Amino acid sequence: MPMITSNNSPLKRLLNDVGPVDQVAIEERVAKFATRSIKKASKLQGLNLAVSMVDLTTLEGSDTPGKVASLCQKAQHPDPELTTPQVAAVCVYPFMVKHARACLGDSNVRIASVATGFPAGQVPLRTRIQEVKQAVKDGADEIDMVIQRGLFLAGNIQAVQDEISAVVEACGDARLKVILEVSELESYDKIRAASFLAMQVIRPGDFIKTSTGKTSGNATLANNQVMLEAIRDFYLSTGTSISMKPAGGIKNSKQALQYLVAVKETLGDAWLIPERYRFGASSLLNDLLMQLRKQQEGVYQAPWKFSDASSGY
Amino acid sequence: MPAKRKSSSRNSAPELLFGDLWEFDPAPESAAPNLKDTYSLFIGGKEVAPRSRNYFESVNPATEKALTRIPAAGKADIGAAFTAAESGYQNYWSKLSGKERGKYLYRIARLLQDRSREFAVAESLDGGKPIKESRDFDLPMAAAHFFYYAGWADKLEYALPGASTTPYGVVGQIIPWNFPLLMLAWKIAPALAAGNCVVIKPAETTSITALKFAEILQEAELPPGVVNIVSGAGATGQLIVDHPAAKKIAFTGSTAVGKAIMRSTAGTGKGLTLELGGKAANIVFDDAPIDQAVEGVVNGIFFNQGHVCCAGSRLLVQESIAKAFVQKLKARIATLRVGDPLDKNTDIGAINSKGQLDKITELVASGVSEGAELFQSKCSLPKQGYFFRPSLFQGVTQSHRIAREEIFGPVLSILTFRTVGEAIEKANNTAYGLSAGVWTDKGSKILKMSTALKAGVVWANTYNKFDPTSPFGGYKESGFGREGGKQGVADYLKINA
Amino acid sequence: MPRISITKTPKAYVGGKFIRSESGRVFPLTNANGEFICNIPQCTRKDTRNAVEVAGKAGAGWASKTAYNRGQILYRLGEMMEARSEELAQSIAITGEVSLSQARAEVALSIDRVVYYAGWTDKYEQVLGNTNPVAGPFFNFSVTEPVGVVSVFCSDHAPLLGLISQVLPIITSGNSVVVLASSTNPYPAILLGEMLATSDLPGGVLNILSGYKEELLDTFASHEHIRGSDLCVSGDLAKQAEVLAAESVKRIHVRESDVDWTKDTAQSLYAIRNFLEFKTTWHPIGA
Repeated sequence: MPMITSNNSPLKRLLNDVGPVDQVAIEERVAKFATRSIKKASKLQGLNLAVSMVDLTTLEGSDTPGKVASLCQKAQHPDPELTTPQVAAVCVYPFMVKHARACLGDSNVRIASVATGFPAGQVPLRTRIQEVKQAVKDGADEIDMVIQRGLFLAGNIQAVQDEISAVVEACGDARLKVILEVSELESYDKIRAASFLAMQVIRPGDFIKTSTGKTSGNATLANNQVMLEAIRDFYLSTGTSISMKPAGGIKNSKQALQYLVAVKETLGDAWLIPERYRFGASSLLNDLLMQLRKQQEGVYQAPWKFSDASSGY
Repeated sequence: MPAKRKSSSRNSAPELLFGDLWEFDPAPESAAPNLKDTYSLFIGGKEVAPRSRNYFESVNPATEKALTRIPAAGKADIGAAFTAAESGYQNYWSKLSGKERGKYLYRIARLLQDRSREFAVAESLDGGKPIKESRDFDLPMAAAHFFYYAGWADKLEYALPGASTTPYGVVGQIIPWNFPLLMLAWKIAPALAAGNCVVIKPAETTSITALKFAEILQEAELPPGVVNIVSGAGATGQLIVDHPAAKKIAFTGSTAVGKAIMRSTAGTGKGLTLELGGKAANIVFDDAPIDQAVEGVVNGIFFNQGHVCCAGSRLLVQESIAKAFVQKLKARIATLRVGDPLDKNTDIGAINSKGQLDKITELVASGVSEGAELFQSKCSLPKQGYFFRPSLFQGVTQSHRIAREEIFGPVLSILTFRTVGEAIEKANNTAYGLSAGVWTDKGSKILKMSTALKAGVVWANTYNKFDPTSPFGGYKESGFGREGGKQGVADYLKINA
Repeated sequence: MPRISITKTPKAYVGGKFIRSESGRVFPLTNANGEFICNIPQCTRKDTRNAVEVAGKAGAGWASKTAYNRGQILYRLGEMMEARSEELAQSIAITGEVSLSQARAEVALSIDRVVYYAGWTDKYEQVLGNTNPVAGPFFNFSVTEPVGVVSVFCSDHAPLLGLISQVLPIITSGNSVVVLASSTNPYPAILLGEMLATSDLPGGVLNILSGYKEELLDTFASHEHIRGSDLCVSGDLAKQAEVLAAESVKRIHVRESDVDWTKDTAQSLYAIRNFLEFKTTWHPIGA
């Protein structure tokens, strides 16, 4: 569409192009996902599916090679007493990539790394690109980048897209996950717009991702839904399949199953695979395992049987 | 594991696959409905066998099997019910202060909340509605109505400010089969709060929860005769309408029966409120939040199998987005789960009765023969029971029967429009005027539409929302009077001349 | 030689115009002694139909005027009646059923009643409408709207006060009216029509017919475009009217003909409410 008025900002045009999202109605919609009752075999299948979709994450200043090593061990063998699948990936800071690679070798568990000045992204582009390249060189299969929310909110769509394109290039064969940091985007309308903005410049199979997990707002069923619907609309109009990763705040099995119901009923079967859907989470895996053991053994499990969940009473 | 599926899909238009990769196991609600083999009438505070000695069977529409025996009240029974109601009014209810009347209503609300799950199961068994609706909507809303109107009982002077009012005395109430217990609450709660006593008749196919409600009234120790519950078919309803002790009739049901009741009460001086049929337009503009509008349209027509007088049965979609919108609608319908009403994951349950299923089938056939294009969900249907696929018609014109007549089933007729003016004209081009939906992101357009639409309820960027505080009722041939809010209680009060 | 006076030909008032009945029929108006006063148009069903049509067209414009404006227009009507009050009193007394002083009292009360309703135009909504605190993230409000075209049969007595008491509350909210004047003395209604013609009330909002209830009852009660009826009829006619109204689910109010229009309760907010619809709008609260 030709631009008719000069005072129409690119962001406003993008918002207009992708259409609005009604807050109350979408929150009502996702509440219905939460009423689905997942029992018996379907629960077992859902829990295992969720395990296979976990990006097992540690993003702490206190991370050490040792901690990463135990993370990698857990990623490959989530529970020795269960026949669960491996998780999809471990997710670590760039500095830890080479340690993770050393642990994982040529395992199927992928290595994801949060490059690009995570979590704020307030680092010069050149530095961010270098960081991405180094992480890939060290063995990262996937790069989780953050967009410059400030640029986006200021309406500088082109600059945001240019930066994403530059990171895509730096990724080479590595998959890219573009973190929108939805809690800083103000509204569902803008989450939808930012999703399209990213999808227009990333490759099939690349991801859009909700959050860094480092702000007060995390993934919710509602912002996940806005992004799933954007992916669906993009797919139906271009044929390009973009993958999705909610991150932060998904701590238990019940939540994970609700997210999977949303995927099943919004994007369908083709997205119910780890290539198309991931959970960015640190404590979710243990709860999934607890539930799986409960399903297997018929008894509710104590937390201390699972590593990293043994704090508290 | 392949990142991309079949490469051949590049040649055809992209499609979404809603298959069985992750299928949900049955999740039946296990609470017991505690049904009796045979029910009684509730007259004068007692459960009594019908003097008519007639019973009929209440059938589970999902299995076509009989659930229980329901009494068919005859003339002597209706006479006894009104005698009890008059006595209840004179001896108890009119002597109680509003404050004390209110306490009974609060008690009823609480007892209903206590036994909510049990009643929800009974409702779904008897009427075919999905348990998640009876559990999450009908029961909480019924209890909320009693709770809301309980508080009105001692504040009636604020319902019609400046007017001196009195209750009618004894009121006859007749309710439909689509929201059996909720409609009972809509009728009884404001009537009692205003100081009336009632004789109420549930619909013949869905009497169970009304008769179970008699148990709640006894637990609440409501004085005898204040509420009398009589079951039966249309003939029983006519006896209520014609009984001279009924000083007001409140009816919810079809427009045809509403008109007949209006003729019956002509010249009698009885009060009358009617909540009748509808053929609501759900209007989607091109600037609407599209996915939420799709959801609203789905909720508007498939909620309770479309057995809703205010169902958004006519979709008016702006031409510029019609194709894309219908595509999304079809994809959404593909994920609706039709089946066992008691399964917690069922979205669409059973059609209430064989008769209603036949009516829907006949109207859908008329749509096809009149040239509209039928699309139906491909979901599997249970082999037994009365089920109907979620259906939509494209290429519908204003003159088609499916655009004019109330189908009362999961069938959506889609029409298009180009301008605001055309949308208003098409929406109002009906003898009905119960409700309407408007979907647009532009606030001023919502208010313009809301003003122009001849309908008692307008849902903007939402649909099928109800609340005890919110008046509900129709324009034109959708009836008169309001239920809910202060208007709802006012309709049970007479203004003294 | 005394001057021969010009007599006035009474006409019905429809769509802002003075008309004879399309049938050309008239009936004589006589005084208590049976002496001829003038001929009155005997309006027909077809006249009623025409009046309903213009009322339907005029109603939307009337209802869309601001409440303040409607109040001013109705108050202006009161001013005009005050200025011509003696003429109105003469018209009431013309049949000799009441004395001129009684007629003057009726005119005064009628004018006060017009002013009463003029004052309600921008207030009834504030008393009757409301917002509803629903349990959810929605702004929910109920407003009133006029029902549309309303038909009125006046009582035979109090030919001016009765008409004003029935019609004013109906038009206050933006309805339009087709009214059949008192058949024993339609003269004050006809005179009122002449005042309306020079008032600011848009033509077609208030249409005044003269004739007989027995003849017009069918149309007044059954015409589907008429959405409400306020009919002074009793007995079988009342029942017949209600039966006919059922076919289009009309908001019908019948009352005995012997209403005491002078009582305080003869003017009320609730006379306005009788011909209102309540419309409830839901809107989500979100960003």
